[in-house]
Amino acid sequence: MAREIYQAIADGILVGGIYALMAVGLTLIFGVLDIINIAQGVMVILGAYLSYELAARLHLDLFLGLLVTVPAMFVIGVVIQWAFIRPLRGRERTSMTLLVSYAVALIIEGILYEFFGANSRQLSASYVTSSVHVFGFYISYIYLYGFALALALVAALYTLLYRTKFGRSVRATMQDQTAARLIGINISRVAAITYGIGVAVTAAGGMVFGATNAFNPNSGYDLISRLLAIIVLGGLGSIGGALAASIFMITLESVVDIWQPTWAIVVFYAALVLVLLIRPAGFFGRKAVRAQ
Amino acid sequence: MSEDHIEGPSGLARLRGLTGLQLAFVVALLAVAVAFPVLFPSPVDTNYGVYALIFVAVASAWNIFSGLSGYISLGHAVFFGSGAYTLGIAARDWHVTGTAVFALLPLAAVAGALIAVPFGLIALRVRRHTFIVITIAVFFIFQLMAYNLSFTGGTTGLDSPFLPWGAQTYNNPFYYIALACAVGTIAVAWLIRRSRFGLQLRAIRDDEDRARGLGVHAMRVKLTAFVLSGAITGLVGAVWFFYLTQVQPPSGFDPLFDLSVVLMAFLGGLGTVSGPVLGALIIEPGQLYLTANTNGYISEILLGALFLVAVLLVPRGIIPTGGEYIRRLTTKGRAAIPERGPASQRAPAPTGPRSDEGATREGGASKGARRQAGKIL
Repeated sequence: MAREIYQAIADGILVGGIYALMAVGLTLIFGVLDIINIAQGVMVILGAYLSYELAARLHLDLFLGLLVTVPAMFVIGVVIQWAFIRPLRGRERTSMTLLVSYAVALIIEGILYEFFGANSRQLSASYVTSSVHVFGFYISYIYLYGFALALALVAALYTLLYRTKFGRSVRATMQDQTAARLIGINISRVAAITYGIGVAVTAAGGMVFGATNAFNPNSGYDLISRLLAIIVLGGLGSIGGALAASIFMITLESVVDIWQPTWAIVVFYAALVLVLLIRPAGFFGRKAVRAQ
Repeated sequence: MSEDHIEGPSGLARLRGLTGLQLAFVVALLAVAVAFPVLFPSPVDTNYGVYALIFVAVASAWNIFSGLSGYISLGHAVFFGSGAYTLGIAARDWHVTGTAVFALLPLAAVAGALIAVPFGLIALRVRRHTFIVITIAVFFIFQLMAYNLSFTGGTTGLDSPFLPWGAQTYNNPFYYIALACAVGTIAVAWLIRRSRFGLQLRAIRDDEDRARGLGVHAMRVKLTAFVLSGAITGLVGAVWFFYLTQVQPPSGFDPLFDLSVVLMAFLGGLGTVSGPVLGALIIEPGQLYLTANTNGYISEILLGALFLVAVLLVPRGIIPTGGEYIRRLTTKGRAAIPERGPASQRAPAPTGPRSDEGATREGGASKGARRQAGKIL
């Protein structure tokens, strides 16, 4: 029994790292643009399909393919932000951006169905099927590589945010948009690039997700609901919170899964509800996140 | 909206608020609605009618809570599906057959209300995005329960009792039941919109902290609206279930349902009485038509594109935007429309007697403006 729990915890941490990558993008977009990007889930799936196509047609290694898919997703993100999110203003902006990102999700999902049909696929590579024996556990290489990739990207994001001038302007925008504008930060540029980055990380997340799960165009909904739960639990707009909440939630789900496979996912949402009853701002959320 | 609306006149005192023209329009619309199955007796056409009316009722019910309070719920499918499942389970376990099942309908409303109380007590503690995410989370919990609980029939779902009606006229009773639901919901929405309760909700939408400071019992008001909205949605969900004769977890608890309802209210005009009605009448038949005449994926893409167009072109909805356009035509040369900027969006001040948001005439919150605060349509 103890062994199964350890294995579940190990799995949870590794998978949680991959979720963390996707959740950081989502929470970053929220922090800067003050929107919830419902399309994040289906964009992960889009990233997975892009990797799939590159691997199937050009026989590109999954990790090498990221060199193509990540910039591609960045461009898609910037275009979506510029065309559909930038024009929204006014009192109902919260709900309108929600609708717009949902609309984008629907359109992407419809296009994916049109091209790939409803059959489930999974990315394959030598390291997806083989596993390694560490500390008495069997762990598939893809989980280790995926976790390493997630760590590297999160570290890169962290460096970008906390060690560069652009990162300072992003953080300033997250704290107070008006003040940031007053000191000469180009808010719309920061918003466009942040949205692009938030979407670009889904290409990497999508590749690992697609290699570890079977997916079809509909998989985005399950994913986005988990990601939303994670970033709310971590405190909206908090990057550290998103990391901690990803690992915590996925590990919790993984452990409960040992006894109750059907109800594991409910525990996930129930934990969200319970935590918010005690701490309405999430684990790491500031008391009044953006009281505007 | 400014705070003086909270002390606006009690809704009941001004029940006769409709002008003769508006009254005539409503009566004419109702007459058309009643005559529809006679004019278009084909089941294909009445099917459109039933679905449109179901969504008129649901969108209006959603709007009573979300449109007025500004708390966008993406979890109303919880009530819709629960209404359907409650009656499915009740009819199965109590062996209710035939048309007697319609006597169970109030039970669906009770179920919706009973679910809305704890749901609201949890979700309404948080605001804005967090509220939306909580409603989505609760929605998924319910969908999973429908899949996995022992009494819900799992993936196969539940069937409603067989109704001994001919295929040609099967839709007609449902049409009138749905019409009754729709008219009833609109009436409730209309009464609330012009009542003190409605003003309290709109005060919460504009600035909850200030509303509380002015003595609005925010939680009580929000929860009441949420429960009412949930009860109506549950009831309509049960009607939908009888009409469709079956419910499965993904159809009863459908994420696209939540989204469609929000879009309907938005397209028509959030917080107005006629907006969600108009939105539902445009979107639901359109969606049915597209699904029937194209493959499902194209209709999904088109629905998404419609979302984008609606949000970008008429961000405030057809009814407010159209109303402003008409006012601008009629008041041309007499009164200047205040320029729209950030300030006028916080406290919208379009001139004219039929302002949606409560007018401030000539820039001042005069008594006349206060009197117009509750004007609708």
